Amino acid sequence: MTNTNLNRNGEYAIEGHNLNIYYGKFRAIKDISLKFKARKITALIGPSGCGKSTALRAFNRMNDLVPISRLEGQVLFRGKNIYDPDVDPVEVRRRIGMVFQKPNPFPKSIYDNVAWGARINGFSGNKSDMDGLVEQSLQQAALWDEVKDKLDQSGLSLSGGQQQRLCIARTIAVKPEIILMDEPASALDPIATLRIEELIQELKEKYTILIVTHNMQQAARASDYTAFFNMGDDRAGYLVEFSETNSLFTNPKHELTEQYITGRFG
Amino acid sequence: MKANKNYYPEGDALLAQINGRHRRGTIWRTLFLTATIIAILVLMALLYNVFNQAFGLVAVQNKIDPTTLTTDGVLLEDLPKEQLVDVLAGHISTGLGRRLEREQLFFDTSTVFEDPALFNELCASAEPPAACALPARSQEDVYQLVLTRVVEPEVIKTWSLVDSILHRSDVLMEAEQAFPEAVIEFRSWLTPSFITNPQSSEPELAGVRTAIFGSLWVIAITIMFSFPIGVGAAIYLEEYAQQENRLNRLIQTNINNLAGVPSIIYGMLGLAIFVRVLEGFTSGAVFGLVSDTTTANGRTILSAGLTLGLLILPIIIINAQEAIRAVPSSLRQASFGLGATKWQTIWHHVLPNALPGILTGTILSMSRAIGETAPLVVVGASTFITVDPSGPFSKFTALPIQIYQWTSRPQDEFRNIAAAAILVLLILLLTLNATAVFLRNRYSTKMT
Repeated sequence: MTNTNLNRNGEYAIEGHNLNIYYGKFRAIKDISLKFKARKITALIGPSGCGKSTALRAFNRMNDLVPISRLEGQVLFRGKNIYDPDVDPVEVRRRIGMVFQKPNPFPKSIYDNVAWGARINGFSGNKSDMDGLVEQSLQQAALWDEVKDKLDQSGLSLSGGQQQRLCIARTIAVKPEIILMDEPASALDPIATLRIEELIQELKEKYTILIVTHNMQQAARASDYTAFFNMGDDRAGYLVEFSETNSLFTNPKHELTEQYITGRFG
Repeated sequence: MKANKNYYPEGDALLAQINGRHRRGTIWRTLFLTATIIAILVLMALLYNVFNQAFGLVAVQNKIDPTTLTTDGVLLEDLPKEQLVDVLAGHISTGLGRRLEREQLFFDTSTVFEDPALFNELCASAEPPAACALPARSQEDVYQLVLTRVVEPEVIKTWSLVDSILHRSDVLMEAEQAFPEAVIEFRSWLTPSFITNPQSSEPELAGVRTAIFGSLWVIAITIMFSFPIGVGAAIYLEEYAQQENRLNRLIQTNINNLAGVPSIIYGMLGLAIFVRVLEGFTSGAVFGLVSDTTTANGRTILSAGLTLGLLILPIIIINAQEAIRAVPSSLRQASFGLGATKWQTIWHHVLPNALPGILTGTILSMSRAIGETAPLVVVGASTFITVDPSGPFSKFTALPIQIYQWTSRPQDEFRNIAAAAILVLLILLLTLNATAVFLRNRYSTKMT
């Protein structure tokens, strides 16, 4: 995957082609194809159980951790299929970071929460470089001012919203290109949610962001593109509509999309 | 179900229904309390039994009254060494005297029982007796010899702690009539010398030093063997062998069943494998530690430690698996999401978070191992040994073996020292556990 003829400024950061994802015999995702624009925010929305989280996890091979899961199709990143046998999922996850639904800081100090990812990925700087990286990451995650005097305290001592921003800082410390966010604000109160949304807007300048949400207002407010998923009769998720957020919410092409965004189901 | 009908009780019926629910709760609570009380009572009965035997009045009768050995009312222990040696010489056989003198001289410059010329000759021979290299016995040493060889105080009757306290006057009266010459004194069978003395055929002199060292050596080998292997196996089973296939299920089922196999079976296994098949290894012969390989003997501390290690291995594996499984998967995902490898995730997150649980399981299994008797009997712990173990290839005895052996002796006093040894075992167990718990809490200060 250390492909040299990659095009970092290309239009699309990552592309999924004809993705089918199975858990054992059950098909969770049916034939999805999606291209995500670089340095844009794309929201994945849809009713519960439609497979949007499963689809998201296909883009950094987190589904590999579930032994019974299986994927058909291709995910192109830097022009290469990340599911090719010669691609190491460890490198994929280092390039494509992830923020989870429930804030999950490590039971370590705030400093180590950010520094750990850098250390294991072979960060070559000295102590002051590391200090700089931690500060920069926390600043980008809009958390620095709140924690700069207590970096040696446990990450778990922070509030839920702060913990989630710590998780974002931890993710951007390893300099990924894409950040996957799986309902990052669903466990937070409205004010913390707002801060996370503002933060996501700022991060867009440097990173491509894929965000799963079941909050339609959030998708409408915070994203550039929106993909609407639905669950078929066989309980497999499929893509209904994918377009710019504005047009999807104001002028849905599909009847199901309109029903969903107007709150008639889901 | 009819739409308008109220199916719930109201008014008095409601109160009665709620009271009924509370009453059932109270009955269950009482049952649980009873269970707890029964457990505590059983534990107290056990401690009562042990303490009752370990302390109490004894009637001591001297074979020769020490006052007849001295003149002018001088106490025996205040006599100078020369007179004590005279007393000794007057009451023991020359043969015994010679033996004692070859162990250690009475005077630096002269001999009492031996012919001086012969003694010098002995010292010049190929295998000189121990006395040649040692300084002479002190006054205190000689006094102890007079006590044990001449005065020979003997416990002729013991009473339990409860009798000694509650029925003291009855005991004294009974002793007065039955043993008019005996001295009645209160005795704790658990004394410092009981802990520091080696095994002896005389209950008065017997101690548990050899057994304590034996137990500590065995438990050290047990833990060194089963902790790394157990934790390693648990990591493999939990983190690597997670596919649902027949082989993994078979392994898991077998480990669970092994934890329930009676300990005597492990003893048979240890006897067959460690003592017999691996005799060269467990006796130390392959390391050149046995001068004559034909007398090599696998009944050593190493065999016993490995056998107990096998016994607790499944328990350690199961406990470690539980602890590893309890590490939240969100932590693993966070680690993988940052580009950590599987091993980095295990080493930096899974193990540190599972460590307190793993150590708790290890402490519990250590407690079990230290009290095991049956496997040690089969593996061949010595029932009578007075030499401290010097390493993993020594013959040994252990505290439970010592207790078992003493309780089966006919003399009453052995049951008293067995009770004292039980107390020593309990104290040792609690000390080891407390140390382990302290270390666990100290070195796994979890950030929360």
